[in-house]
Amino acid sequence: MTAVSGKAHRLGDNIDTDRIIAGKYTKTLDAGDLAAHLLEDYDPELKERIRPGDVLVAGENFGCGSSREQAPIAIKTAGVSVVLARSFARIFFRNAINIGLAVAEVPEHEIPDGARVRVDLLEGTVVDEDAGQSYRATRMPAVMAEILEAGGLVPYLKEHGGYEASP
Amino acid sequence: MAQTIAEKLLSERVGRAVEAGDIVVVPVDGAMATDATAPFALQAFERMGGERVWDPERFSLVIDHATPAPNERISTLHTVMRRFAREQGVRLYDVGEGICHQLMVENGHVRTGELFVGADSHTPTYGALGAFAVGVGSTDLAGVLLTGKIWLKVPRSVRIELTGTLPEGVSAKDVVLYLVGRLGIAGATYEAVEFAGEAVTSMSLASRMVLANMVSEMGAKTALVETDGLRLPGGAGAPVLRADPGARYRREVTVDVSGLRPQVAVPHSPDNVRDIDEVLGTKVDMAFIGSCTNSRLEDLHAAARVLAGRRLAPGVRLIVTAASRHVFNQALADGTVQALSDAGATFITSGCGPCVGTHQGVPGDGETVISSTNRNFRGRMGNPNASIYLASPAVVAAAAAAGEIVDPATLPLAGEGRVA
Ligand code: SF4
Repeated sequence: MTAVSGKAHRLGDNIDTDRIIAGKYTKTLDAGDLAAHLLEDYDPELKERIRPGDVLVAGENFGCGSSREQAPIAIKTAGVSVVLARSFARIFFRNAINIGLAVAEVPEHEIPDGARVRVDLLEGTVVDEDAGQSYRATRMPAVMAEILEAGGLVPYLKEHGGYEASP
Repeated sequence: MAQTIAEKLLSERVGRAVEAGDIVVVPVDGAMATDATAPFALQAFERMGGERVWDPERFSLVIDHATPAPNERISTLHTVMRRFAREQGVRLYDVGEGICHQLMVENGHVRTGELFVGADSHTPTYGALGAFAVGVGSTDLAGVLLTGKIWLKVPRSVRIELTGTLPEGVSAKDVVLYLVGRLGIAGATYEAVEFAGEAVTSMSLASRMVLANMVSEMGAKTALVETDGLRLPGGAGAPVLRADPGARYRREVTVDVSGLRPQVAVPHSPDNVRDIDEVLGTKVDMAFIGSCTNSRLEDLHAAARVLAGRRLAPGVRLIVTAASRHVFNQALADGTVQALSDAGATFITSGCGPCVGTHQGVPGDGETVISSTNRNFRGRMGNPNASIYLASPAVVAAAAAAGEIVDPATLPLAGEGRVA
């Protein structure tokens, strides 16, 4: 899961979790239900355009607002391979890693809608292949990288039993 | 080394001096999940191989986000929570007990100096007591249930010094709306927001909770209010909690609140904040006084002071929730509920109510809502075609009476029957 490539779907700044998945759709344990309403209030057709492996590319403060984990679950279930943003809201960033959705903060990116992007999470590199432009992703704390590598916090804790394994 | 409150508190919890930027694994003193987050959390806990909650005494489940259940799907999720509580010997606050954050503070499940993890983004509210309280998602909460610990990055801090005295009719909500407007929706992302100063010292616990509550709308990890002057529920003072002189801050902001006007956040972001004077005359269809931000006794009193002896403007509906059953009973006993109901207010179950857009007052297409809650994102109250304005309970009540946004201070005098 560390190197992926896909088509970019460009989103704006301050996309809040109410827009990623409205509160009225969150009261379910069925991930498929969640994906069916992904970003509906933002762009009702977006979910139809997302193909497995595609990349969401956002501006500043992606995922601000509530603590609902349904937001990254909806994105992951829709088939998105990685979310890139200039910056993330903190609970969303943690939640994404915890459920095994790859996310990377790429402060300088200018990736446009439709671009083909290649992301190497281990290396921390993001390449806009159409423009031939590459960007650096911000390093995440080691414990987060290990949780992501394990596929999320459930497999991580199942394996380690606690957090002490990480520095 | 001189420490911020966040550094101080985390150092104490991990048993060595830590500073901003360090990654720490911290023992958790208390934890909480709601019907919006618990179902996923309990599922993740099981998937982690969890059998027993690390310490059932320290964990609370609260059914507040959709209560009573509006449909069979949600009702079944509540059943899952009730069963888990029974099997694990965990405390459960069921339908109508109140909003999670109010219940944690009111019932002493969180105290000064503790580290609390809540599966809800407004958990920093307990910073009003000087607790380091962070909001997380369901899977992180499951990790707490399994291990009794959480990993955190020690946050940098923003210091907010509030000087002066609040003018009559201007409240903690106006202060925090002003601050969200000034710092912005991402103005304190990943950071701790410290509050101090003479205007804080004279504030009630309820008002301090308003300040701490809305640091979430600045992206902050937690809020920490200095405990000088704090009276706990029951009347006792709190242990002293202050930053060291010379502690290092990412940003320091001083605001003299003496000249502050009532503030209003306009659609569709909590940081779109204006002086009330810029939005006077905005017509409203629905008004809501509720939420973990503003539905405590002093908030209901503020609303009743405006509405006693009046009627709602024709065509306007006003929905009110008390933060908890306890608050409701107090408001019932002192005549506040009567005064608001006489004015035409509709009381609904203590809980989140229409704040989260699931039930009990979803606005219609093209409608305008004025609300004492904390978020006005598009679609927040369940309809992306409605517009939400955020304000203090007094301003919400005045708008409900006038049918448009007005400065409560300029409403013509109502008749008899004022309370509080
Ligand atoms: S009242 Fe609103 S903001 Fe507070 S916990 Fe409930 S849904 Fe969240």
